[in-house]
Amino acid sequence: MTSTEEIRLAFVERVDENELMNCMRCGFCLPSCPTYIQSGEQEIHSPRGRIAMMKAVRDGMIEADEEVRNSLDVCLGCRACEPVCPAGVQYGHLLEESRAILQEHTSYSGPQKAVRRTVFHELFPKNKQMNRAVNLVGFYQRSGLQKGVRKVGFLKLFPKGMQEMEKVLPPVQKEKKRRYEQKVFDAIGEKTATVAFFAGCLMDTMFNETNRATIKLLQMAGCEVHIPDDQGCCGALHGHAGEKDQAIAMAKRNISAFESIQADYIVLNAGGCGAYLSGYDHLMNKGEGWKDRARYFSSRVRDFSTILMDMGLQEKVNMTCPSTVITYQDSCHLRNGMNVYREPRQLLKQVQGVEYREMPDASGCCGSAGIYTIVQPEMSLKILDDKMEKAKTTEPGVIVTANPGCLLQMKVGIERSGLAGKVEAVHLADFLLKAIP
Amino acid sequence: MKPEILEQLHQLIGKEHVQSSSASRLVYSYDATPGYQSMPDAIAVPGSTEEVAAIVRLCNENRIPIIPRGSGTNLCGGTCPTSGGLVLLFTRMKNILEIDEENLTATVQPGVITKTLIDAVEERGLFYPPDPSSMKISTIGGNINENSGGLRGLKYGVTKDYVLGLEVVLPNGSIIKTGGKLAKDVAGYDLTKLMVGSEGTLGIVTEATLKLIPIPVSKQTMLAVFDSMERAAEAVSSIIAHRMIPATLEFMDKPTIKAVEDFAKVGLPLNAEAVLLIEQDGEEAAVLKDMKKMQVICQERGAISVETAQTPQQAENLRTARRTALSALARLKPTTILEDATVPRSKVAEMVHAINETARRFNLTICTFGHAGDGNLHPTCLTDARDKEEMERVELAFEAIFEKAVSLGGTITGEHGVGEMKAPYLEWKVGPAGIEIMKAVKQTFDSNNIMNPNKIFGKDTRKRLVVES
Repeated sequence: MTSTEEIRLAFVERVDENELMNCMRCGFCLPSCPTYIQSGEQEIHSPRGRIAMMKAVRDGMIEADEEVRNSLDVCLGCRACEPVCPAGVQYGHLLEESRAILQEHTSYSGPQKAVRRTVFHELFPKNKQMNRAVNLVGFYQRSGLQKGVRKVGFLKLFPKGMQEMEKVLPPVQKEKKRRYEQKVFDAIGEKTATVAFFAGCLMDTMFNETNRATIKLLQMAGCEVHIPDDQGCCGALHGHAGEKDQAIAMAKRNISAFESIQADYIVLNAGGCGAYLSGYDHLMNKGEGWKDRARYFSSRVRDFSTILMDMGLQEKVNMTCPSTVITYQDSCHLRNGMNVYREPRQLLKQVQGVEYREMPDASGCCGSAGIYTIVQPEMSLKILDDKMEKAKTTEPGVIVTANPGCLLQMKVGIERSGLAGKVEAVHLADFLLKAIP
Repeated sequence: MKPEILEQLHQLIGKEHVQSSSASRLVYSYDATPGYQSMPDAIAVPGSTEEVAAIVRLCNENRIPIIPRGSGTNLCGGTCPTSGGLVLLFTRMKNILEIDEENLTATVQPGVITKTLIDAVEERGLFYPPDPSSMKISTIGGNINENSGGLRGLKYGVTKDYVLGLEVVLPNGSIIKTGGKLAKDVAGYDLTKLMVGSEGTLGIVTEATLKLIPIPVSKQTMLAVFDSMERAAEAVSSIIAHRMIPATLEFMDKPTIKAVEDFAKVGLPLNAEAVLLIEQDGEEAAVLKDMKKMQVICQERGAISVETAQTPQQAENLRTARRTALSALARLKPTTILEDATVPRSKVAEMVHAINETARRFNLTICTFGHAGDGNLHPTCLTDARDKEEMERVELAFEAIFEKAVSLGGTITGEHGVGEMKAPYLEWKVGPAGIEIMKAVKQTFDSNNIMNPNKIFGKDTRKRLVVES
């Protein structure tokens, strides 16, 4: 069998025909798609076009050639098309499955391969490796090496997206300082819920401080916070990039880890991971017993902002900050995947001293999208620059986000748009904690 | 497409603006019409009127079909390249060239998104009323070619009522200008009106001068709920008979209400058989007076409830609900076939009744919503294109619906256009002599039949059914 035929059969077997048929090609998704807009309205970079190509590959009308693959690669996976789709097409699932099939029938070459191997097989699945890598970043920053490298211009050898990212990585804590002192953090005041904290891989290493802030806020809201052992990366990066087997392995590991604690909710502070955890049940095949376990797991996943609102944090503490204009950049998956967008805004508006200004198109993707910055630097920066223009109109002092990728991207954006020193990008948890005296 | 033709296209408009790969051809092989898909040979994206003219000359010499395409949201198969050929896109011609506040006109390129224009003129206190449901996506060029309607059609008219002048590239490559910034202009045949709604079969619109009007200062929205379709239709007739022209007078039947509510969650009552969305705009005092009168009429005609939106947000929710009706239905079945049979508004109740009867007779799910005020109904069949037997019944049902509409003094299409989908039924509406003269017009403009072939004129006319009653 030729590879073309193999791919077609895989599409027939694994890409849901009903879901493809549900797309009625009305085009309502077009204006919501950042890549459609930024590519100069090319249908090939639109959700409608991508679904049509998936169906055509399935039907044998076209081959999954370079151009088809490129179109799927250029997709941010932000899922902004889903809430606006009147027919309710689950685009994210179609994309993931299609990418998985193409991934299985691809031999990558050169830098793509190196990046993918490092990211998917070495770094993210393995806590130790992630710790080591982040340690290295810390060493790099503290040792003076960072200065040296910048001077020499060594970074020019890397793709543009990576160069820009290097400048904005947060100062990394030493590994010893990153380890949690205890496994259970008591509620402050009356206990209202038991929650299990999903620490994440990047959040727990690079953004360890933000995790600590989140735990503290949850305690203040009345949560007893447990941190289950043996949890790891959520698998979203893998799933979105077509590495489905890896994603499933990581999902199983997390499901098991969280079964050890009887928690009311599984709480986290990264929208990208949250949406993926909420969809674990879609990853599992029927009949293995994992499906039900995944469904129970997913049903309890909440973003920390939802918990803070539900538990009434604002009634329990005073939040105040020096008078500042704040704008909020949605995390795509928090908004489109978990339907959380009111809570972060409501929380920010509760802080005295905050003048909240909504930026135009705040729900539009910032171009970060997992490893997108690295593999699609050109489109990523185009989307980012457009985003920064819109952010600027609010004249913000602080841009708040609720996901690590978006946060880094906002920091890059601030550098690129000449706002360094004038505007800060801060994670919602850090901002709120700082506002509590 | 022959390599030498492609090569010439590259020279005319630049290689980067011509596509011919299988993936790019695939994504322009469809529009929003179910059941139509066909690959073009290539896609060209001209940047100016002169480039359009050069492409048209090349295609005319080589007898290559041209399919002008906006955003591909039409529902009549109007932009599906069923004879192959060259798809023309206008994504490089999407500027608003001028908003003239003295003459109250806007001059635009065809690729402007309808909503972009509406927003731009409203910023200046002006109003461009045509608002097709797809206005966030559709282009002005597409609207002109299909003569699109919308929710505001009853009071404000449709696209043709707002096109004052056009620049058009004819199939022989010459460029004409019709009309102008003129309220009155009787110099010769009205080619402007002829072009509007010509579905890309006569020429290519490259610039349009549109009429604007002052924006109404105030607007009110209400929702009236009825326990029968007939009572709702009576209320519509009564409102008009009382000398009121509401800005919006829309209805949805029960299955539509349920689908919309599932999708948009705006608090529509699920026990109702029909709802009317009614809006009035204008001077505040007049609006309030009309709203009050219409409320009384609805109640007299047996409305279960009449509720006026208290906030702009509430009003927007109710409008959004109606606007998403078609697509909300789409989630119920894999295939959604939407028609737009239209009757004089006094016949709305009778037509809805006939549609329901037809659905029962052919054992199909047909949901109906639409513009009750102007008699433009959208009977929407929820089906599955893979079920061949059912699809045959769907076709028969729609034939019966068209037949009924025509017999009530109506038409086979109120605002979607004939395209390829309704070409076999056109003769039912316009008669053999009507077809003949229309074909003669087409022949005069486009003797080589390169402009969007297969559209409007079918190969065969369907035999008219005799509806037993």
